[in-house]
Amino acid sequence: MPEIAAPAIIKPRRPNILARMFRTLRLPVNDPFAVAGLLIYLVFIATAVFADQITTHDPTEILYTPSYDLAADLRPGQDGFIMGTTSLGRDIFSQLVYGSRSALLIGVTAAFMVALIGSIIGLVAGYFGRLVDAVLMRLADIAFGIPFLPFVIVLAAFLQPSIWNVVIAMALVLWRDTARVIRSQVLTLRTRGYVEAARVAGSSDFKIIVRHIAPNILPLSFLYGSIAIGWAILTEASISFLGFGDPDSISWGYMLQDAFASQALAKQAYYWFVPPGICIILVVSAGFFITRGYENILFPKLNR
Amino acid sequence: MTEPLLSVRDLRVSYQVGRSFVHAVDGASFDIPKGSITGLVGESGCGKTTVARALTRVIADNAAITGGEILFEGRDLAKLPEREMNALRWRDIAFVPQSAMNSLDPVYTVEYQLGEVLRRRGGMDRRQARKRSEELFEMVGIDANRLNDYPHQFSGGMRQRVAIALALALNPKLIIADEPVTALDVIVQRQILDQLKELQVRLGLSVILVTHDISVVAYICDRTVVMYAGKVAESGTMQAALTAPSHPYTMGLRNAFPDLQGAASGVLTPIEGAPPNLANPPAGCRFKPRCPFALDVCGSEPPVVDVAPDHPVLCHRARESAALRIEAAKTETWMARA
Amino acid sequence: MNIVTKKPEVLVSVHEARLHYQVGGAFAAMRGKSTVVKAVDGVTFDIRRGESVGLLGESGCGKTSMGRLLLKLEDTTGGSIHFDGEELGEVRRHRLKKFRSRAQLIFQNPFDAINPRFTIRATLSEPLENAGIPRSEREDRIIKALELVRLPEPEQFLDRYPHQLSGGQLQRVVMARALILQPEFVVADEPVSMLDVSVRAGVLNVFRDVRDRLGLTAIYISHDLALVRYVCERTIVMYLGRIMEDGPTEDIVHEPLHPYTKALVAAVPVPNPDQSHDPLPIGRGAPDPRNPPSGCVFRDRCPSAHARCASEVPQPRPVGSRLVACHLF
Repeated sequence: MPEIAAPAIIKPRRPNILARMFRTLRLPVNDPFAVAGLLIYLVFIATAVFADQITTHDPTEILYTPSYDLAADLRPGQDGFIMGTTSLGRDIFSQLVYGSRSALLIGVTAAFMVALIGSIIGLVAGYFGRLVDAVLMRLADIAFGIPFLPFVIVLAAFLQPSIWNVVIAMALVLWRDTARVIRSQVLTLRTRGYVEAARVAGSSDFKIIVRHIAPNILPLSFLYGSIAIGWAILTEASISFLGFGDPDSISWGYMLQDAFASQALAKQAYYWFVPPGICIILVVSAGFFITRGYENILFPKLNR
Repeated sequence: MTEPLLSVRDLRVSYQVGRSFVHAVDGASFDIPKGSITGLVGESGCGKTTVARALTRVIADNAAITGGEILFEGRDLAKLPEREMNALRWRDIAFVPQSAMNSLDPVYTVEYQLGEVLRRRGGMDRRQARKRSEELFEMVGIDANRLNDYPHQFSGGMRQRVAIALALALNPKLIIADEPVTALDVIVQRQILDQLKELQVRLGLSVILVTHDISVVAYICDRTVVMYAGKVAESGTMQAALTAPSHPYTMGLRNAFPDLQGAASGVLTPIEGAPPNLANPPAGCRFKPRCPFALDVCGSEPPVVDVAPDHPVLCHRARESAALRIEAAKTETWMARA
Repeated sequence: MNIVTKKPEVLVSVHEARLHYQVGGAFAAMRGKSTVVKAVDGVTFDIRRGESVGLLGESGCGKTSMGRLLLKLEDTTGGSIHFDGEELGEVRRHRLKKFRSRAQLIFQNPFDAINPRFTIRATLSEPLENAGIPRSEREDRIIKALELVRLPEPEQFLDRYPHQLSGGQLQRVVMARALILQPEFVVADEPVSMLDVSVRAGVLNVFRDVRDRLGLTAIYISHDLALVRYVCERTIVMYLGRIMEDGPTEDIVHEPLHPYTKALVAAVPVPNPDQSHDPLPIGRGAPDPRNPPSGCVFRDRCPSAHARCASEVPQPRPVGSRLVACHLF
């Protein structure tokens, strides 16, 4: 009998871990708004990373004109200051560029903390239920009762004005939304057949949460994370504008406060306060565009 | 045969999915006589629900009737303007959906929902509507006191009864029921079927019962239309289709059902394989890939053969059906292919 | 006589098992509604090794809850369940892991029972991983399990995702997952109710075949006596959390004793044109697990109910080969 060659079992390539993670995140690349948002983010991230190379001056340095006068209230283009200077003789362009750094630092860390804390609490509360759920959700209720901006101001004033305290204050309050939504999502996921199947298969609770439940809520945590980016930047701007900000770091909110205090409007120095305003609007709305893209992925029916 | 109430001729319904077209119904023809219950049988994805919905022209946004006629009292429903069609729905042809819970609005009482239909579509005033609602509830065997209840206060079977009452509200001539008992327990299922039969006889209705369960057909239907992959495989009286199935698919279905009256040692025989993808159906007979009796000729479009008066069968080998039936009763016949 | 095995004959022993849920709460209580649902209420039976038992009843009769109790997916609120001599309430930690590999569940809905993000390989690896089977052996076991449930050319399925499989194929994968650790005891919860009729028979045949080949002890949960009869030699009929009748399936099919079983048998549709169209010997309405009647829970729908049925709960009594819980016997 002639030997028939057994067809070689083709080992299919497993998609590499990066590609898999990318797929799990499900970046909304089909939505034009979301793509615009992602592009805006990219530009700002690049600006923040290469701030040292882009800027022409130290943003906190008090500058002088070649004629040794204080370089105060110069118009854009004058004496080589691209966007002019502040009343204290600081370069507005450099401040704007460095402002992206603190905005992104605040935005990303706040988003990360909010998404992380909220997701973990939501997962734990939703999965274990009963007493754990009751305790965590009452904590969330308390967090819902805290007035956001006053709390952040008080905490920032109490600890000491620094952008990290703003981030911490935000994380302490904003986790509640994420946790609530993720908990309810987990409650429905928990009843899915494959979660029960994993239990019957002998998987531990930890394994079930990590393997079967968390991947399904990851896009939701990202949604809430990207909402938090906008909130964080806005909050920091508000706090800086109100004068509770970190005096040592340059942020767009600080620039607005500086412009306001120096009566830039009366001086018609639009070049001073319009650019940071636009930057805040751009970054915050970029966050919401991405959010929108995620919503379309998560709740396709809303699209109609 | 007397003039049928509804006559479907070469009906075609297609869905657009992305850039391709799925021909869910691909040339279906059958008649619905007056005062009968017709079972529309087939597995999921065979097009039975699409046919049922096409008859009332309530089909999905991405679907369209692309050909054929639906003759109802001398009018072609496939081409009727939407306004006239709308006037006809519920009044002449009523639909009982599969899940009664979804057809009832949870925030209104059942009486309100019945009343809305009776007043808006039936032109009744409040008192008449109330009277008719009580009458309808009595007809479907629910205490009229429960008219003021909300849908969630009813059990699954009761809700199905309410859905039937809703369909009956305007005295339709034809009721199309899509899997009305599939989700129900056997006892409730039997009670609903009994109720449906009783109403059908009493009111002289015609009913199209969409189902995947030939036991339900055997219990209640007068006629059977067996669908497979968007086409009518076989149609005729229920007796003929079940005692003398002439399409191999019907024979296979018959084998796949457990029979409580049969011998305990009976073996169930599955039809191996799955129905074809309708975006890209096989050439010729669509049952060919699963059929134990397929020949080379089955690669070409099968003819419609009348194996008996009023018993058309879509099969190349329909004339040999008596012999095939004997073969089909054996389990080995079906296992050989698997 | 030479007794080779020292194992006791009874694998599962259920004694007065109860599963009561607290529902509603203060509002329902104020409106005079009962806040306790007795999903399982004093159920007693034994299952011998190698026996196949059907749990038959309508939705809400407690059959699924009973199945979950047997697998310790839920803990009893009263009574006891022993699995191979061990009280399930005391099975914890590593013994729970051991138990999980011995007792398995076949799910009702195959489309829901497999994580849509997992390939078939990943799905079937999970129990092996938990049981500490080394990676090198897993592939082999997976292929063997898929062959056992008669999936032709199992290799081609390994890297597919659930949505690429048909319902019948998925249900076989679900069965393969349940069987991959070679359990002794399997609970099948309406495993074919979500499947098309043409493929049901195939899945049922695989179930029967595998059970016989592996000598499994099995529970088959269903509301359809015709299906139960196809796979089980013994049937337990439940109604509102209690056992109505318990005995050989053929006896129950041919001569049901309990009035409820009579209705249940009469209601099963048969694929024959000539069949009885007599009205069912049962009252209308659905069982309400929150407000069951006093005495016999079936009495409000029973055609032969009498005064005693309201006052006294009928206890299961032996009648021939069976146990029947009815005052008529």
